[in-house]
Amino acid sequence: MSARGDFPETVGDAASNDAVAAAVDVRALRVVRGDHAVLDGLSLRIPRGPVTGLLGPSGCGKTTLMRTIVGVQIVAGGAVDVLGLPAGSPSLRRRVGYLTQTPSVYRDLTVRENLEYFARVIGVGRAEIEATLDTVGLRDAAARITGRLSGGQLARVSLATVLLGDPDVLVLDEPTVGLDPLLREELWSTFHGLAARGHTLLVSTHVMDEAERCDEVLLMRDGALLAQDTPAGLLATTGAGDVEGAFIALVRSVSDRSSA
Amino acid sequence: MTARATLATAYRVLRQLRRDPRTVLLLLGVPMFLLAVVRWVFDGQPAVFQRVGVPLLGVFPLVSMFLVTSITMLRERTSGTLERLMTLPLSKLDLLAGYALAFSVFAAIQTLLVALVALVALSLLDLHVAAPFWAVLAIAVLNALHGMAFGLFLSAFAHSEFQAVQFMPAFLLPQILLSGLLGPRDQMARPLEIAAHYLPMTYAFDALSRVSRTSVLTRELALDAAVIAVTR
Repeated sequence: MSARGDFPETVGDAASNDAVAAAVDVRALRVVRGDHAVLDGLSLRIPRGPVTGLLGPSGCGKTTLMRTIVGVQIVAGGAVDVLGLPAGSPSLRRRVGYLTQTPSVYRDLTVRENLEYFARVIGVGRAEIEATLDTVGLRDAAARITGRLSGGQLARVSLATVLLGDPDVLVLDEPTVGLDPLLREELWSTFHGLAARGHTLLVSTHVMDEAERCDEVLLMRDGALLAQDTPAGLLATTGAGDVEGAFIALVRSVSDRSSA
Repeated sequence: MTARATLATAYRVLRQLRRDPRTVLLLLGVPMFLLAVVRWVFDGQPAVFQRVGVPLLGVFPLVSMFLVTSITMLRERTSGTLERLMTLPLSKLDLLAGYALAFSVFAAIQTLLVALVALVALSLLDLHVAAPFWAVLAIAVLNALHGMAFGLFLSAFAHSEFQAVQFMPAFLLPQILLSGLLGPRDQMARPLEIAAHYLPMTYAFDALSRVSRTSVLTRELALDAAVIAVTR
């Protein structure tokens, strides 16, 4: 991350000015697809700064929640504020980065050409492109056609386009799927590096083990929030040995309560 | 809408095309080939070729831009890049303007090449255009933009590339048939003649057949051009 060491301190200042405001504030969010409510009255707050993990089985509404936060999801009710502004506000577009679950890059362009396009749209320069190539470890592949890369490399090209412009809030939908353990390790340290510089990260995963790498986790199931806690807190309250065990314990306690 | 995002998009689209030389070759080469074929199909009827030759210069960019646009937009949608772009400081208008710019450049080159072949290299094609050449070029570019707008519109209804391609015979072919290319419209069945009045391709045909006959920018020509411009 040394190449990005000249990062201005504006983000930290903004955070201290309104420290009470959460990075993301979701209130009674309702999203309907067809006649099925994907999210029904979901409320949560994501604090500024730490890495928040969004965990839950696939189909539980993680991606829908993320799409709502970046402002591309049609909502049926409720409100979502990001950095104090309604989600999807034009002024948020430079401050919120969104990594889609399937890599959304132009596969017929080279890695560098992809980054050049996104950099021009966002309005950042060449130095930023070079720094981002280093961050995601794709310097050697920069001249290759994106569509001919491996799945892991493709995912990193997509991630690189999100890191361009250094957005304050990063919404990353399963960024580490299919990556080799070493690379996953590097990416997680990149994420924590970003968080240490005042960025807010929301990272979804369906791999429960990854929860331990987060400062705070949101556990979701069937469009509802099961728990929001630190990984350690989660284990303490449920008495489980790992996050997967905590998840099972929480699901059981919820169904016990509803049947009682 | 910002010039920066529009230009970036146009440049990106042209770069994508450059990565696909076969498509470029087909886009530029096929119209020339087809025009030559039409010329010799009407070998014994030069008057017929004189009537349809110039309008064909407008039909080619329209058809190819229709196809290219509907497929690329569909790709942009299914690959997730469209959704991603909508989270960036880029409006839908920037994206469309970027595509329009890139494809207009392409349509102009396409028309230039076809016309070059028709009017210069193959003077044996014996095609006469009374109006200045830039008028033909301008109308052909308008036609390309019209094809693009139409492709853009229909691609919203296509769920797969198969469907998008099938929209060509379903929506463009009838327009070509009714435009007057095959035969004078006033000799068609009355309902078809009326229907033709509401189809944009009819005005594209009229505009180009007018520039081939007169060098004066008539009121009718201006009207035709306006209709093409508005419907896009």
